[in-house]
Amino acid sequence: MPVDIDAAVIANRRLSADYNVLALAAPQIAAAARPGQFVMIKTSGGPMLSGAPLLRRPFSIFEILRDDAGAPSGVSIFNKRIGTGTAQLARVEAGTRLPLLGPLGRPFEPVDPPAEAWMVAGGVGLAPFVTLGAALAARGTRTTLFYGARRAEELYCLELFEALGASIVLSTEDGSRGTRGRITVPLADALDARPLGNPVKLYVCGPTPMMRACARLAHRHGRACDVSLEQVMGCGLGGCYSCVVLAAGADGGAPHHTRTCIDGPVFDAQRIVWDALAGH
Amino acid sequence: MDLSLQIGSLSLANPLIAASGCFGYGVEYADVVDLSSLGGVAVKGLFLSPREGHPPPRIVETPSGMLNAIGLQGIGVHRFIAERLPELRERRAIVVVNICGTTLDEYVEVARILSDVEGVHALELNISCPNIKEGGITFGCSLPGTHDVVGAVRKVTSLPVIPKLTPNVTDVSSFAKAAEDAGADAISLVNTFLAMAIDVHTRRPKLTNIVGGLSGPAIRPIAVRMVYECRRAVKIPIVGMGGIATADDVLEFMIAGANAVQVGTMNFVDPFIWGKLLDGIRAYMTQHSIARLQDIVGTVDTSTREQAWIST
Repeated sequence: MPVDIDAAVIANRRLSADYNVLALAAPQIAAAARPGQFVMIKTSGGPMLSGAPLLRRPFSIFEILRDDAGAPSGVSIFNKRIGTGTAQLARVEAGTRLPLLGPLGRPFEPVDPPAEAWMVAGGVGLAPFVTLGAALAARGTRTTLFYGARRAEELYCLELFEALGASIVLSTEDGSRGTRGRITVPLADALDARPLGNPVKLYVCGPTPMMRACARLAHRHGRACDVSLEQVMGCGLGGCYSCVVLAAGADGGAPHHTRTCIDGPVFDAQRIVWDALAGH
Repeated sequence: MDLSLQIGSLSLANPLIAASGCFGYGVEYADVVDLSSLGGVAVKGLFLSPREGHPPPRIVETPSGMLNAIGLQGIGVHRFIAERLPELRERRAIVVVNICGTTLDEYVEVARILSDVEGVHALELNISCPNIKEGGITFGCSLPGTHDVVGAVRKVTSLPVIPKLTPNVTDVSSFAKAAEDAGADAISLVNTFLAMAIDVHTRRPKLTNIVGGLSGPAIRPIAVRMVYECRRAVKIPIVGMGGIATADDVLEFMIAGANAVQVGTMNFVDPFIWGKLLDGIRAYMTQHSIARLQDIVGTVDTSTREQAWIST
């Protein structure tokens, strides 16, 4: 059951000119959050300011923060400056209060051993994977993070995944770190090399063309694949029907416009009509 | 402290109604809102059959508002009755069903079907959605069309009938009068304003549907003016809507002439808005020693003002 709280900004850690990690005090949301869920943030805070964005913005829960006793105390979000709302979150100061609604959406289903989990992230698509990595580690599932970016400087927060015991495979488009090219290159190699008898499930989040390519690779290799979709949202609770994607029914029925906020953001990749998804 | 009102045979506990198109079928909000605490829930528009609506992008944020082109995606009247209405009944919601049609016969048939079902308390006629090419808007922008669809639905149902008026006309009060003359129990207004936004880099419209409906606080003053004009044209109750974000906004609509209001866009921004609005209304009633909220309806005092329709 989602709650709406005025969350105090605990810290705003700048990673680069474009990326930051925002820590928010939100014990109720943190306690209820499951991997891959998101929150709706009013990036301009409470009062309606001239020129401020009217609608909330959806953000994956990046980390679940804990206090010294280990109790859930807050959540963080992984923010990339793209537009007005994300620009506000890039420069928000500690102590500011931001309305935070969550946790929302259909979470990832972590696999159990002996199956392995491969998380595939492109750029800001890294956001949902810390919570998933933690859930997988708790089950003793062997986990690999495949993480691609344009250049080495845009590979962030690797220490969080190392701390969870995940293996890491990197790629950069300019070849400055890991495999040169897109993350689908080492992913394809890994899928080719993996015997069919060794189960592995893919979890993918990133630009639409990347997710589509990963979905195809998974399908070709007979592997389960979930994608976490990012769509413009009005409400986050299923009331406005803004955030739809064309997806086959969970039972394989005809494709319908399906809400990513409550029927997603996590979908079986095979359900998605990828041609209908606008790339971004 | 009496916040109640009457619309035809229907009693509402308070004037706050969740707006159609902004509250899903109501069940989506059941975990965050006590549906029985609302005056009513206007559920998403229903045709006879399911509709897919428009491809995304379907919304664009605008200065103090939003453009939408959802395209009346919906599950259709039969699935609504089978799959959604039972939960709404269980949660004791006052259900106002927004009905849509592409033909007069469809409005009549949907109205007939809903009239035989327990748990439906009123029918809101969507004759004003700007987001579909056929049907709706065709009736809502034509005085005879408005009169005909209201009259035809009136004949087949004893439920309160509430036509939802489009603001995309020259004189909304004449449409209010046509609806009243045809037997409407109330009118609701405004639906969204036809509008458009363009991405200057791609030179493409931001919405797949090119145009959409504009809602939000930006259009509230226009909506208040239209409610004011309709109040002077009709005797039936008016349900006002348009960018309501605070209790003062509710009161403004009521003083202009609305008996009840629908809240839509701002429910997205704050799904817990309902309790805040009710608290604000009660505080106002206490401050001004008002025992019965309906006593403020249409009490705008224009005596020291001069009306001059001059655009600057």
